[in-house]
Amino acid sequence: MKLKPIKAILLLPLALTFAMPIASADEFTDADLERWQQQFMGVVQQGRGLWTSPELGTNGVACAQCHPNAANTHPETYPKFQKQLGKVVPMWEMINWCLKNPLEGQPLDADDPKMTAIQAYVTHERRGVKLEPGKH
Amino acid sequence: MNTIHKSRRSFLKTAGAAALGSTLPISLIELAFADTAENFTFAYISDAHIQHIEGTRFVRNWDRGLIRAVAETNLLVPKPDFVFFGGDLAQLGTKAELDHGAEIMSALRYKVHYVMGEHDYYLDLGDYWEQLFGAQYYSFNHKGVHFIVLNSIRTYDDWTFNRWPSNEQRMLEMAGLDNPNGSPFMVGEEQRNWLKSDLSKVAKTTPIVVLSHSPLQKIFKGWNFWTEDAEEIQALLKPFDKVSVIYGHVHQIQYNQIGNISFNSVMATAWPWPYPQSYAQAEQYLPKLTVPMNRADPFFERDATGWQFINTSNGNVDLHYTLYNNTARSVIYNTKTKQPEDSAYQSEDARIPPQTHF
Repeated sequence: MKLKPIKAILLLPLALTFAMPIASADEFTDADLERWQQQFMGVVQQGRGLWTSPELGTNGVACAQCHPNAANTHPETYPKFQKQLGKVVPMWEMINWCLKNPLEGQPLDADDPKMTAIQAYVTHERRGVKLEPGKH
Repeated sequence: MNTIHKSRRSFLKTAGAAALGSTLPISLIELAFADTAENFTFAYISDAHIQHIEGTRFVRNWDRGLIRAVAETNLLVPKPDFVFFGGDLAQLGTKAELDHGAEIMSALRYKVHYVMGEHDYYLDLGDYWEQLFGAQYYSFNHKGVHFIVLNSIRTYDDWTFNRWPSNEQRMLEMAGLDNPNGSPFMVGEEQRNWLKSDLSKVAKTTPIVVLSHSPLQKIFKGWNFWTEDAEEIQALLKPFDKVSVIYGHVHQIQYNQIGNISFNSVMATAWPWPYPQSYAQAEQYLPKLTVPMNRADPFFERDATGWQFINTSNGNVDLHYTLYNNTARSVIYNTKTKQPEDSAYQSEDARIPPQTHF
């Protein structure tokens, strides 16, 4: 990580603060923000890997074949009434529908890290779009 | 027009008798001229993406799309003079996929002309495809129309020959539509020189129909809804009175008019693709003229495929789409505005909610 000299000097006391046993719950630094963003983007990258993987299902079909750049997935509209399922569902239920049908694979648990990664990727590709829960 | 409606009625009657759905993932193209004795039709099937799993297993969904198109094309009344296949017969260009696709296509009772798609090409640069289907680019005349087939999915030599450790890797990289490691499609200098020479022998009044896999216009580079040397191809076609470009690749309805050239896309038999504007990060140029197809319902695996009657009355292109579980669409060349227009939905206030893609 490259830091401008002035910034590095400013960060130095903070880094020392972190080394101390007393944590400040409501304080975080630019370095923290950067680290958290890196953590998030790491999971997004895992999601992109799953999205383009022929191994996620059983027939070699990948999510990206029908949804390049996760387009036409509309994460900003979930939870919504999914007309084909006849009820309001969160996005992961629709992802599992795709895993079972076009991919001829097994569904994932809602808290499976793979499911988290897929949703992180899909949502990241949709960044900047306003939330519209319920929109078809 | 009368010819079109008559043929459509006869076909639907035949199809109904065979207890088939009202929608076919093919395109019936009718060319109508002043002399009706010269009228003829051809069918258009495209983007089958036959995908090998292992051994004798192939992805059932995509198989069914092509099998259905072939079966229904064989029922067409009146019989088409020939069939075009618009490219991407295979998913990863293997012999297994091309052989399996060719076997399904062999049930067609008509002469078939093939167009090269990137999924057919980037494993062996078309060697095996050529053995099965013939030249990668060519032209022929049929009842007064000059047909030109281009391989429009080539790219920069450096990408093709120097970038990848194996042919398999090269194929995989180009097969991912949204892969940032891909490279823009182009016709290339060799074919542009051939095209120039080919066109020099054609009268400017002869209607020209160009078949390509990619659009020969620039819509969205990220998914190769794009041909890098599109302007140069368009310039070569500019001197002719009536030019129509029909392309695959995009798995959706698109149409446009640039000068004297009408552009029309055909549907895939495999699956539909999102419109580029539904990718929030994209800078894209879907022709303003295009009223999109209805959003696809994934629970109907053949949805957002369809068939078109295309009538080039006096050399201009009219399309009549019949869409799976959706209302039929017609895109008619308007001789006053000199552009193709949807007969029902062209004006902003006439559009219906499913045509809004976001």
